Parts: sequence; structure tokens; C-alpha cells
Amino acid sequence: MKEILLIAIPLLAAVGALLWREERSRPWLLPVAGGLHAAVALWLLVSPPTLAAGVWFGFDALARAVLPMVSLLFFICSIYAVGYLRVRAERHNRVFVFALLVLLGFLSLAIQAQHLGLLWVAAEAATLMAVPLIHFNGTARAFEASWKYLLVGGTGIALSLLGSFCLGYAALNAGGNGDLTFSALAGQFIHLDAEATKFSHPWLVAAWVLLLTGYGTKMGLAPMHTWKPDTYGEAPGMVGALMAGGTTTMAFVAVLRVKQVVDAAGDARMTQMTLLAIGLFSMLVAALFLLSTPDFKRMLAYSSVEHMGILAVGTALGGWGIWAALFHVWTNSLTKGALFLSAGNIRRAAGAHNINEVSGMAWCAPQSARMFVTGMFAITACPPFGPFFSELILIRTAFTTGHIYTAVMFLICLLLAFFGLSRLVFALVDGRPHAAVRPAAARMQETAGVILPPLAFLGCSVWVGLATPPVLSQAWSAAVTLLFSTT
Amino acid sequence: MTSTLNLFIGLAMGLNLLALASSRLPSVIRAAALQGMVLGILPLLMEREFQWMVGLVAVGTIAVKGFVMPHLLRRALRAANIDREVKPLIGFVPSLLIGAAATIGAVALGEILPMREHAGSLLVPGSFATVVGGFLMLMGRSKAISQVCGYLILENGIYLFGLLLINSTPLLVEAGILLDLTVAVFVIGIIMDRIQKEFDSLDTNKLTTLRE
Repeated sequence: MKEILLIAIPLLAAVGALLWREERSRPWLLPVAGGLHAAVALWLLVSPPTLAAGVWFGFDALARAVLPMVSLLFFICSIYAVGYLRVRAERHNRVFVFALLVLLGFLSLAIQAQHLGLLWVAAEAATLMAVPLIHFNGTARAFEASWKYLLVGGTGIALSLLGSFCLGYAALNAGGNGDLTFSALAGQFIHLDAEATKFSHPWLVAAWVLLLTGYGTKMGLAPMHTWKPDTYGEAPGMVGALMAGGTTTMAFVAVLRVKQVVDAAGDARMTQMTLLAIGLFSMLVAALFLLSTPDFKRMLAYSSVEHMGILAVGTALGGWGIWAALFHVWTNSLTKGALFLSAGNIRRAAGAHNINEVSGMAWCAPQSARMFVTGMFAITACPPFGPFFSELILIRTAFTTGHIYTAVMFLICLLLAFFGLSRLVFALVDGRPHAAVRPAAARMQETAGVILPPLAFLGCSVWVGLATPPVLSQAWSAAVTLLFSTT
Repeated sequence: MTSTLNLFIGLAMGLNLLALASSRLPSVIRAAALQGMVLGILPLLMEREFQWMVGLVAVGTIAVKGFVMPHLLRRALRAANIDREVKPLIGFVPSLLIGAAATIGAVALGEILPMREHAGSLLVPGSFATVVGGFLMLMGRSKAISQVCGYLILENGIYLFGLLLINSTPLLVEAGILLDLTVAVFVIGIIMDRIQKEFDSLDTNKLTTLRE
């Protein structure tokens, strides 16, 4: 039962964080728990357990395809956290460390959930646990961001609950026995007679719309992305990294699991069309906002919206598209980790995050600026970084499956995003630092603790792209097979 | 059985409109609380025989929705020293009219959607009408407390829909859902408290720093 460890380790460490007395040493719980979690996840990746039928949670092929990434992301971020919390010694870190660990626990639970209700409970808990992380800085802006996150995120999560009920009711009307595990749900919808279809189909359509809206809000697909710029703009960099790579991945897994059930009922065309439309729309909206935003942390949020759009488009293409989307989950999250962490360093050196107030960062924080520029090239899919390879497979799939217009629009959005990102990043790095910035930069030291983690992320991004380990590509293939096993 | 059930659901639908129409925040809180209590009783009416787990969920729902949350909201109200929603984004009469139209629409929609077991019950129309009412309050009001009440009403609507599944969903899940919602409102309460301290107001119109 190693998969229970993935949930128990962070939750026990979270209790430990609450009881721990000393402020200075408490952050060390993060890398300890993160390291253990990563070790267990890696072990399960290499030797996956077999899943008993009817279990409510377990390390199935889909969890195997993404959970090790979340674990790796958390581990590297947790090392950064030690250095970060030392710099921010003026703020109490008990709640912050606790919430980070609980978040990891619930992310592990949600990604492994095989039961519709359990998935929702874990996703909701993970959503709530992010709130204390967002307002760690304690500023008025941070509270405004938390409020907007709570309202939009809360509504999204409420809609996904309504959608879950609709899906359960559809299964009940299709003659189901009330078993709400995903495999049982998918099984109930295959080969329905006309009578059962008549009673279940409208509910199934309602369920798909509500669940896509609900979990799509968590992913940050446009037009439900409005919480993202505010949240990522105000939250500490490492929280942004964890949310852009962790909670969004959890929501993507939720969408995939629901899609599997709806596809089993013979509605694959509907799910594909809606995902394609919402994915391309997200990419377009994000690209347009990237061209106009003056804030480099909000820029990362729009970039995240764009990449969620890419995941949706990949899923819509099916087959190799889903494979590419799972690949992209890894490459995007790891690259975003480098960007968010180096952006956090730059933010501290500059004391602001608007490019009207920040420039000349190559002078103030040379290491972080260098990594930020490299990360920008990585996320805009320049070789040899990971996103290049995952997006290449995706575009190839679009061409081979005859989605020519999709591919063209995809490429146009990528180009626009490149313009937007490079405009901001070079404005930030080049030039002379503002006079007001210099004293802040003098205080900021680029210690190994805040430089090595983003560097490690960049290294991972290159490694996953150039030398994808066979065990990973095999895990993604197994996940695609699982998702198509019922259609 | 169905008629008693429908009576209670009709009451909940009426409370929606009451909440939408009133400008005084205490009456909005009272309407949301009363609605939560009405919904808490429903599972007991639906079960053919008494099960202790259902009873526990019902008691939990009534306690949380009817007493704990209104108490927290009233405390926030006193701390912020406000009584009315002054400038709603959507006026009281328009939101009442939209709410009424949504209620009629929900009943019509309930006629179209295929039901097996629960044909003739107001569960689905009541749920949709309440969800729309909650949304209207969430979007149309500017005081944080009204928005939280909107969120509670939205949750009530979803809870109503969940009752369709009471015979088949394991109650463990329902208990988990209830727990999550409680925590959600606590977190919202804490953030409201901080906003009150930071901005010296619970008017979300003042939260406008973050935008493009």
C-alpha cells in the first residue's frame, strides 16, 4: 500500500509543522517530506502496483503518468522554500508550511482518486489550502487576490459538484447501481438501449458542461481564467509554481477522467469539439493579453492559461494528442517552475512587478535574470527545451489527423505569445535599473538556495525533452490506453 | 410523501426570491439560514426508514447552515458596522424579476428533462432556481457579506440536487462534502475579516487594484 504513503507522508508532516516550535528550522520539514514523497512516487513509477477493482483511490496509469511530476515539482520548490523563508524571516511560517504540505497531500489524493465524490472532496480541499499560501505576503493586494480566488474558485468548484451529481444521476438513470468509481461509471454507459439512453443522455450532457466549466475553472481555461493573473501576480513565486504545475495538473486529470466516462457513453465527438473550442479560445485570449500586460508575474499567469489551452487542444485530438498533452504536463510544469522561481527572485530584487517600474535586472539580479530569459525561450517552445518536443508531437498529430486549421491557429497563437513574452522579458532585463530599485537590489543576495532550484527546473526541462526516460513515455502510453479502454 | 417534499422545496424557492429582494443584510442572512434549515430536514422526509447516518448528516446540515454560518456572518456584520446593501450592481427589482423568470424557466426545464424515480417532484426545478438565485447574488451585489450569502444559496441549490442521489451515494461522501463546505465558509470568513481590517470596509467595489 505504498500509494497511501503519498498521502500520509505530507499530511503527517503537516501535523508536525503545526506542532513544531522553532520558526527557523520548521521549513526543513518541507524538503524532508517532499524528498520522501518523491522517492515513493519514483518507486511507484518504476514498479506500478496493480489496481484492485472497485477501489476508491489508487496509483493507476493516469496517476502514474503525472503524479511523479507533481512530486518532483514540490521537492524542488521545497528546497527553494527553505532559502525563501529564511529571507522572509519577518513573516510567521507555521501556516504557510502547514498549508503547503496539506496541499501536496490533497493533490496526491485527488490525482489518485478513482471515485467521483472523492475526487471532488480532494479537489475542493486542495483549492482551499491554497488560500493561506496566496496571502502569505499579507498586503492589501494579496487579500484582494485571495478574495477573488475564493469567489471564482469557489463557484467553479461548486459547479463541478453540481456536475458530479448530474453524472451520478445520469448513471442512475442508465441503470447503474450507484457505484461512482470511474471504471464502474464508464462501464454503465457502454451499450445502452434506446430507453436508457433517453433517460440518461440529457443528464450526461449537462454533467459534461458543468464539470468542464468547474474543473476548467481550476485549470484556468478561458473564459474562467480571471482568478489566475490576480493570484499568480500576488502569491509568492514558489506558490505560483506549485499552482501552475500542481493544482492545474490535478484539474486536468479530473477533466480526463470525466471525459473517459462521457466518451464511453458515445459522446466522444461532443467532448472533442468542446475541448478543442475552449482550448483554442484559451490560447487566443492568453496570447492577446500577453501582448498587453505590463506585469511580469501576471504575464506568467497568462502563459499558464495558454498552456492549459494547449493541454485541452491535445486532449481533443485524441490518441497521440493525449500522449503529447501528458508529455506537455511535464515539460510545461517543470519549465514554469524555473520561470516562477526566478521571477520571484527578480520581484524581490526589484521591489515591484510592473515593467514601468522595473528594468535593468541583468545588472541587479544577474543569475535570476539569466534564468528568466532562458526560461522564456524554453516556455515559448525553443529547442532543446521540453515544451518544444511536446508541442511538436502535438502539431504533428494535428496535421496527421487532418486538423489543419487547428494547427494553423495553434501556431499563430504560439507566435503571438512569443512576441508578448519576449517583449516583457527583455524590457525587464535590459536597460538601466531605476534609482529606487538599487537599494532593494543591494539587500537581495542571490544565494545558492534561491538560484539552484530554478536551475534544476531548467535542467529537468531539457532532460525530459531531449532524453525522455523510456519509463515515462511508457507511463504516458499506458495512461492513453487506459483512457481509451472503454471506447 | 412527494407533496410534503414539494411544499418544503417550494418554501426554499420562495426564500430565494426573498433574499434577492431584500436590501437589509440581516434579512438576507436570515433567508439563507432558513433555507439551509429547510433543506436540512429534507433527507429525513425522503428516507423510507430512519438511518442514523442520514440523521447525522441532517443534524450537521441544520447546525452548520442554520446556526454556525449565520452566526459568523452576523458577527462580521457587527464588526463592519453595516446594515444594508447600498449600491448593488444589479438592482433589487431587476434581480427579483430575473430570479422569478429563472424559477419559471427551471420548472419548465424540469418538465423537459427525463426523470425516472423522482418524476413529479420539484427537486430539479428547485435546485436550478436556487443555483441561479445564488449566482445572481454572487455577481450582482457589492458587499462581501451578500456575496457570501449568494455562495451559500448556490450551495443550497447544489445540495438540493444532491438529494436525488441520497439513496445511492455513500454518505461518507456527503459528509465529506458538508465538511468541505464548512471549511470553505470558515476560510471565507477569515479572509473577510482581513479585508475588513485592511480596507476598513467590506465593500468589494474597493477591491479594484488588480486588473489589466
